Amino acid sequence: MTLADTAPAPHVDAEELAQARREKLMKIARWFLPSLVLVLAILAWHLYVTIGEVPHYILPGPVLIAQKMVEDWSILWPAILITGRLTILALIMAVIGGVTLAVAFTQSKWIEMSFFPYAVILQVTPVVAVAPLIKIYVDSAFMSALLCAWIVAFFPILSNTTIGLKSADHNLEDLYSIYGASRWQKLRYLYAPTALPFFLGGLKIAGGLALIGAVVAEFVIGRSGTGLGLASTLLEASYRFNFGRLFAALILISLMGVVIFAIMSTISYLALHKWHESAIKRER
Amino acid sequence: MLKPRAPLGQRNALLKMSHVEKTFRGDVVALKDMNLTVNEGDFISLLGPSGCGKSTALRLIAGLMKPTTGRIEWTGGQSAGDLGVVFQEPTLMPWARVQDNVWLPFRLRGKSYSEVKDDVLEALKLVGLEKFQRAFPRELSGGMKMRVSIARALVTKPRLILMDEPFAALDEITRHKLNQDLLALREAIGCTVIFVTHSVFESVFLSDRIVVMAARPGRVIRELEVDAPYPRTEEFRTSAEYAAHCRNASDALHEAMGEPA
Repeated sequence: MTLADTAPAPHVDAEELAQARREKLMKIARWFLPSLVLVLAILAWHLYVTIGEVPHYILPGPVLIAQKMVEDWSILWPAILITGRLTILALIMAVIGGVTLAVAFTQSKWIEMSFFPYAVILQVTPVVAVAPLIKIYVDSAFMSALLCAWIVAFFPILSNTTIGLKSADHNLEDLYSIYGASRWQKLRYLYAPTALPFFLGGLKIAGGLALIGAVVAEFVIGRSGTGLGLASTLLEASYRFNFGRLFAALILISLMGVVIFAIMSTISYLALHKWHESAIKRER
Repeated sequence: MLKPRAPLGQRNALLKMSHVEKTFRGDVVALKDMNLTVNEGDFISLLGPSGCGKSTALRLIAGLMKPTTGRIEWTGGQSAGDLGVVFQEPTLMPWARVQDNVWLPFRLRGKSYSEVKDDVLEALKLVGLEKFQRAFPRELSGGMKMRVSIARALVTKPRLILMDEPFAALDEITRHKLNQDLLALREAIGCTVIFVTHSVFESVFLSDRIVVMAARPGRVIRELEVDAPYPRTEEFRTSAEYAAHCRNASDALHEAMGEPA
C-alpha cells in the first residue's frame, strides 16, 4: 500500500465534479456568448455597409455611429441628463403616487370603490393620445413630459402594491388582532413587508415604462423644437437625415433602459435576498 | 408562574363559557349551547370531526369573533398578554428573524427589543432554539418553525394558550417529539392549554380533560378525564391505561359521528 492509497478520498464523486465543471462553463458562457454575438453582429454590419457601399443616409455603419457619438457628445450628454432626470423623477413620483393610493385603497374600501375605475381609465388610455392635451394645458415642456411619463409608470406600482397589501397571511392578521395591534401597526409590521416583493415587481415594470413614457412624451411634446432629451434629439436627427446621430441616440436610450433595469433588479435583490423565495438560490 | 398544578376538581376557574352559541348567516349553527369551564392548569383537548365547531370555539375564546348568544368570561378580566395562540401552520413572518418573530407580541404592545430580550431568549431556550435566534424562518424545518410559533405564544407568559391542530401537518416522528416537548414545557411554566385536534391518540397523550364534540350542529357531547399523572413519557403511549383511555375517547368520537362504536 502506498501513501497515496491511504490518503483520504475527496468527498466529491465524479458526478459532482462534472456538475461543477458544467456550472463553471455556464458561468463563462453567460457572458462570453452574448459578447460574441454582439461583436459578430457589429462586424457583419460593418462589412455589409462597407462592401455593399450603403450610403450613410440609408444605413450608417458602426464606425460612423461611434464617430457621431464622440463628435456629438456635447449634444448627447445634456440630452441624456434631461431624459434621465425625466425618467427618474417620473419613477419617483410614480412610487409616491402609486404607494400612497394603494395604501388608501386598502385602508378604505370606500376610497377604492370611488377611485379605482379612474385609475384604470388613466392606465388604459394611450399616453400618446393624452400627451397633446397635456401639452396644451401645461406650459413647461419638461413638466408636461414628466406628467406623461408619470401616468404610464404609476399604474403597475399601484396595482402590484394593492395586491401585495391584500396578500397578508390570514392567520397572521388574526394573530395581530389577538395581540391588539393598531391599524398603523398592522400596516407597518404586517402589510408593508408582505407587499414589498409585489411592490418591487411593479417597480421593475414601472422603471421601463417611465423611460417609454419619457420617450413618447418627448416625441409628442418636444417636436416643436423645444429640444428636450434623447428622444427629441433622435427625432430631430431623423428630420435632418443625420442617421449617425439618430443611431447614437437610439443606442443611448437602449443603454439607459438596461441601466434602469439593472438598478431595479439590484434594489429588489438587496431587499429580498435574505428571506424571499424569489431571490433564494435553490440547492440541488 | 412556577406553581404546582392542583389536581383535577380543585383548580380555580380561569375562563367560563356559558350557553355560547354561534350562528352564521342566520341559519348555520356552528356552535350550539357550549358550556365549558377552563381551570388554571387544565390541558383541555377539543376533539371531534371537522365541522364540529372546535375551531369556532377557539376563535370565540380568542376574541376573533363574538358569540351570537351566551357569554365568555375571564376570571378577573382579560388583559394584554393573557392569551397565546398557535395555529395549524407556523404562521411566522418570513421577513423577520426568529427572535423578531418571537418579539412580536411585545412589539405590538410598544415594547422595544432590548426591553424584552431576556424573555425572548428564555422562550426560545424553552423550545430548544436559542441557537437559531438570528435565523430566518425559511432556514428552519417544519418542526422547528412550529417550535418558534410555540415560543412566540409563550413569550408573554400567557394565562391561556390556544392551539389549533398545531401538529397536524407534521410527520409522525416530529409530532411525537413535539407532543412530549409540549408536555415538558407545560410542566416547566404551568400554563393552561386548550388544544384542538382530531386525533384521539394525541388528545389522550396530552390532555387531562377531553371535550368530545359532534357536528351539525357543532356541540359538546361528552367530557372525559384522563387522570394519568404527568409527566407522561413515551412509555405511557404503550401502557394499558393509555389504550383504555383511547378506547373511551374513540367510542365517544364514534358516538359524536353518529356511528355505532
